[in-house]
Amino acid sequence: MAFQFLKKAGMGLMLAVWSLAAHAEYAWNFPKPVTPMAADTLLVHNKFMVIIMVIFVVVLGIMIYSIIRHRKSVGHKAADFTGPSTRSQVIWTLVPFAILLYIDFILMGIPAYHSVVLMEDTKNDSEMVIKVTGSQWRWQYEYMDGEAQGIKFVSNMTTPQEQIQNKTEKGEHYLLEVDNHVVLPVDKKVRILLTSNDVIHTWWVPAFGAARDAIPGFLRETWVKIEEPGTYRGQCKELCGKGHGFMPVVVDAVPEEQFKEWVASKKTEMSAASAGADKEWSKDELLTQGKAVYEKNCAVCHQPGGQGMPPAFPALTGSKIVTAPNFDADGKLMKDSHIDRVFNGKGMMPAWKGTLSDTDIAAVISYERNALGNSMGDLVQPSQIKALR
Amino acid sequence: MTTQTHEGHYFVPNPSIYPAILSTGILLLVAGFILSITPDRDQTLAYLATPGKGMMLAGFLAIIYVLFGWFGKIVGESEGGKYKKWEDRSFRIGMIVFIASEVAFFAAFFGALFYMRVISVPEIANFDPQFTPYKDFLGTWPSAGPGGTVLGTEYKVPQFTPMGAWGIPAINTLLLLTSGATVTWAHWGLLNSNRRQLIIGLMMTVALGIAFLFLQGYEYHHAYSELGLTLGSGAYGATFFMLTGFHGFHVTLGTIMLIVILARSMKGHFTADHHFGFEGVAWYWHFVDVVWLLLFVLVYWL
Amino acid sequence: MSTATAAHHHDDHPTGIMRWLTTTNHKDIGTMYLTFSLIMFLVGGSMILAVRAELFQPGLQLMQPEFFNQLIGVHALVMIFAALMPAATGFANWMLPLQLGAPDMALPRLNNWGFWLLPPAAILLTAPFILALFGIGDGAIATGWTFYTPLSVQGGIGVDFAIFAVHLLGISSVMGSINVLVTIFNMRAPGMTLMKMPLFAWGWMITAFLLIATIPVLAGAVTMLLTDRHFGTHFFDAAGGGDPILFQHLFWFFGHPEVYILLLPVWGLIPHILSAFSRKPTYGYKAQIYSFWAIGILSVVVWAHHFFTVGLPIPALLYFMYSTMAISLPLAVLFFCWIATMWKGSMTFETPMLFATGWIILFGIGGLTGLILADVAADAQYHHSYFVVAHFHYTLFAGGIMGIMAGVYYWLPKMTGHMYSETLGKLHFWLTAIAFNVTFIPQFFLGLAGMPRRIPDYALQFSEFNMISTIGAFTLGLSQLIMVYNIVRCVRGGKKAEAKVWEGAEGLEWTLPSPPPYHSFTEQPVIK
Ligand code: HEA
Ligand code: HEA
Ligand code: HEC
Ligand code: CUA
Ligand SMILES: [Cu+2]
Repeated sequence: MAFQFLKKAGMGLMLAVWSLAAHAEYAWNFPKPVTPMAADTLLVHNKFMVIIMVIFVVVLGIMIYSIIRHRKSVGHKAADFTGPSTRSQVIWTLVPFAILLYIDFILMGIPAYHSVVLMEDTKNDSEMVIKVTGSQWRWQYEYMDGEAQGIKFVSNMTTPQEQIQNKTEKGEHYLLEVDNHVVLPVDKKVRILLTSNDVIHTWWVPAFGAARDAIPGFLRETWVKIEEPGTYRGQCKELCGKGHGFMPVVVDAVPEEQFKEWVASKKTEMSAASAGADKEWSKDELLTQGKAVYEKNCAVCHQPGGQGMPPAFPALTGSKIVTAPNFDADGKLMKDSHIDRVFNGKGMMPAWKGTLSDTDIAAVISYERNALGNSMGDLVQPSQIKALR
Repeated sequence: MTTQTHEGHYFVPNPSIYPAILSTGILLLVAGFILSITPDRDQTLAYLATPGKGMMLAGFLAIIYVLFGWFGKIVGESEGGKYKKWEDRSFRIGMIVFIASEVAFFAAFFGALFYMRVISVPEIANFDPQFTPYKDFLGTWPSAGPGGTVLGTEYKVPQFTPMGAWGIPAINTLLLLTSGATVTWAHWGLLNSNRRQLIIGLMMTVALGIAFLFLQGYEYHHAYSELGLTLGSGAYGATFFMLTGFHGFHVTLGTIMLIVILARSMKGHFTADHHFGFEGVAWYWHFVDVVWLLLFVLVYWL
Repeated sequence: MSTATAAHHHDDHPTGIMRWLTTTNHKDIGTMYLTFSLIMFLVGGSMILAVRAELFQPGLQLMQPEFFNQLIGVHALVMIFAALMPAATGFANWMLPLQLGAPDMALPRLNNWGFWLLPPAAILLTAPFILALFGIGDGAIATGWTFYTPLSVQGGIGVDFAIFAVHLLGISSVMGSINVLVTIFNMRAPGMTLMKMPLFAWGWMITAFLLIATIPVLAGAVTMLLTDRHFGTHFFDAAGGGDPILFQHLFWFFGHPEVYILLLPVWGLIPHILSAFSRKPTYGYKAQIYSFWAIGILSVVVWAHHFFTVGLPIPALLYFMYSTMAISLPLAVLFFCWIATMWKGSMTFETPMLFATGWIILFGIGGLTGLILADVAADAQYHHSYFVVAHFHYTLFAGGIMGIMAGVYYWLPKMTGHMYSETLGKLHFWLTAIAFNVTFIPQFFLGLAGMPRRIPDYALQFSEFNMISTIGAFTLGLSQLIMVYNIVRCVRGGKKAEAKVWEGAEGLEWTLPSPPPYHSFTEQPVIK
């Protein structure tokens, strides 16, 4: 055990030294900025770092000088001044005060003022608005205006459990990969509205220099104007429960034309999906779709096999709710029925009506009723869900 | 066990078991309370509620036992002449600091009231009209919020009538102000060695305190049964009941303390130049009084 | 402990466990506080070692995310409320009567109660872990030490336990503060005016004021959390007109002053050590007192720098940024005075002095990084990243715990009557200082490179630094065992300590024998 640890530690140290050299470029400082705000923050940060390092070295220097010169072992006799009483002592005492006054409010204070104003300037000249909604533990995106208006999707982490549990090799973008990237045009000022469905999350992409909390029931905003095409990755950075480490943000910044193409293709995809909601789905179709939805959205809590993690997260296998009918004799949806629970949530259980499409909800409910050890035999059709909206 | 000093002897009490029992009692009380409220959120833990209630009771009894024992001991020491000027000054400073900490406690709730009324409610009403989820919510006070689904439970905005200032609350203000005067009058009696005035003054104060509590109880009943105003009535209900409730709790404590010193006065305790027990309680009562005035203005009136 | 050695005619107290349960003696109570603090330091440290082990490599190896979240929150609560604060209160109990020339603390029974509230609080904090083992509830509070709503509204039974633990800790702190203030105002030896009082007493006085002003606000905040959880109020919930950010305001109105509550006693004690080992009077006694006041006052008006990213209006952002930066001004004065105390002295470097000088440098790093955190725009990047974690361990571990350790070595001979082992002490210092930097310097870089805090698993580019940090943390933890051993050895025996243990030490506590008699000053000294 101890030997193992030492071996690991030694290897770690070697690895570390090696990789410090290799990754020096990103590991020591903020990532390369791609928005005006990030550029500004990096500038401010670098400037402040230099300032505090100078203070540190100067003060440390004085102290070390004193430690070397004024010690008993070199025979230094102690003075007995107490001060600050003489004029020069008072001045000396006020010098660090004055220096810091200058640094705080002039050297650091003025650039900081400009950055704040820049950071909060979300509305002027903004060319596009998107809304980001945090929920445990995924981000939802909605395009609020322009040609992209109405595009709406959820973005889930795709890193497989096997990699997290160390059963398979970790991929290149371990923990920082999602199924649906947000696509934004470059060189356009995008106003980003933020809110949340449950607890506070923070939407953060380091390369954008933008981080803002998503607060349930409130609207917050920030903005980005990405200057270079590319794929940018970030993470939620407000503790939001057990999945906090697993809700990445991935943004694709693309040139204007490509963005238009993406919008067009997304629109077609959406109209196909809504057409799908009206058609009658077969059992196989529903269950295949449902399995996918389940594994992506529900398995975190209810576990892949449906056994849940009682007492926090109930088992779905044999659950009273899953094995009960959804509609009463008059065809009305019953309270605390399976559909009601998935649609509207309760306590820790999220309400999925805002997050999943009609098809997905219908599919996952059908799946739960006919798999995971349950065999109710009935199916829920997307049109039935659509009718509830 | 006393110590020779320039100011005379400073009294250092003998070892005492009361603090340890008190802490144990408190531990039982709060742990029991936690267990007894578990079913609120998690039905699978409902079986803890009964043992929880038992623990609460045991803790409560331990606390009561200590209160009697500890305070009894202090009274005994005081009457036994252990406390001189020097000790007396310690108690005074201690009491002032303690009341200061109580002020800070109430400040938290006044802060919450201020924040909701001046900041959060208007903010919720004033989001960008293009995107706001609360289209027809007006940020006027009193408010129970815009409603919505919170952590999976739907909250429907309750209809309620806010509490007016000029009925019972105004009477209660008068009661408390008068009681502040009567306790001061009693103090004068004490200072002039007029024991009759002291006792009558205290009796009136106790009576006024009880009348206040009675009226507040009635007011709460009225709020719940007729006005539809409950703890769950959003921002207004929460701040209203928490502020007035904690205040009422302090009035209750104050009244009990007043009854104790009334009994002590009747037994002939306290002299014109040695009566910290009386003064401590009087200060506390004035503090409760001032908090009420703030409540009256900020919660009921404005 | 050796103060038990009999033969003083006042020593008529019970023995065995009853002595400790019932004591009204400031030294006994001080000893209990310090022992409790040491135990809880080891408990809190063990928790975070488990966390660091999990973070040794990417992927989940040892624990589930929920348990991880519970460990970090309880680590922080234990370290702050049950290790650092009781250590400072322990010193106050031991040393204030000695330094002020008083027979005891002013309110001895209350003092005892103040201590005996702590073990129940510690039980409440940790009990949910044990209950969870028996299938009751889902473990301790998993929201971090900050209780942020609505996560804490959503959480399980552990949150309720933590709420009441905070209540008890709060009552304990208020009782402690009452005692300190009364002792300072009423028990000083004749002739010792406030402006002749030792700096340690001054630091504690401001600490006590801050505690009185802020701890009850925290109590109020968690009470609102409790009613939101169980009694249907909507303080922190937009649907009812409340606001989760209200909780953050209330929490940090307490939370920011809290960091100075933790450090003011240390800022009071370090000058004593610097002056003793430089054999030179303290420089700028008055300037330091004014700085304490300035820090105390400023500390209650800067709280929102902990949540710049929630979207405050611009004027609020600017106000909180500039007022936060202003705190560096009095601190610059303090740093100047500390170094001026050493300047032209005749220094020797016994363990307390090593800790004190090392402390200046390491706390300097913590303070300077705090200064840049105050910048709103850059804070969007720093916030909730490991950069902040590194900042506050430089202030809390280096600034707090290492400062307390300096005090432990400085006063241990006085308290026990024996000298500790200087060799082990020095070894402890060097190992601690080095391992500490190995642990936390990488975290600055992790933060800048974009690693958020409070995550159980991280992206691959953060692997190497995390590995180094974990190795540092384990070394740091093991090094503390040296101190534990040294203390135990010193309590049990060793070279006899003089009354005036250190050549250059000044103050009333050094006029009493080591260890001091059971009742400190039977005759109050007169200060000229
Ligand atoms: C004891 C603890 C302590 C202390 C003293 C401080 C001191 C300071 N802190 Fe820190 N801080 C914390 C504990 C502490 N902090 C904790 C625990 C958190 C995180 C809480 C959480 O989220 O969980 C935090 C977080 C925190 C934040 C929020 C970051 C974020 O979450 O986004 C900010 C922002 O402004 C900040 C600022 C400051 C400032 C300006 C000081 C100032 O007081 C510093 C003043 C000091 C100086 C300016 C140094 C002056 C030095 C010299 C002049 C020379 C020195 C050099 C040598 C001797 C070589 N702190
Ligand atoms: C006084 C306060 C204090 C102290 C002393 C410490 C001490 C330490 N802290 Fe802590 N810490 C906080 C206050 C403190 N911390 C706070 C407020 C947070 C924020 C929590 C939150 O996010 O809510 C935090 C969070 C925090 C994190 C971030 C967790 C996260 O965000 O995911 C980390 C990570 O490395 C960490 C590490 C350490 C380490 C390695 C020590 C070491 O210094 C500990 C050294 C001591 C020991 C290790 C114990 C002694 C030895 C033994 C028990 C013997 C056995 C040892 C072996 C067998 C090796 N701390
Ligand atoms: C954040 C964790 C979480 C996720 C993700 C989650 N659930 Fe749940 N689920 C819960 C909790 C907690 C409950 C218990 C709610 C209650 O009764 O208080 C629950 C209850 C249920 C129930 C009722 C079971 C019963 O017996 O009470 C069903 C059905 C259900 N969830 C389906 C789903 C589906 C479908 C998904 C995905 C689309 C999903 N859940 C995702 C946490 C989750
Ligand atoms: Cu979402 Cu952290
Ligand atoms: Cu702070």
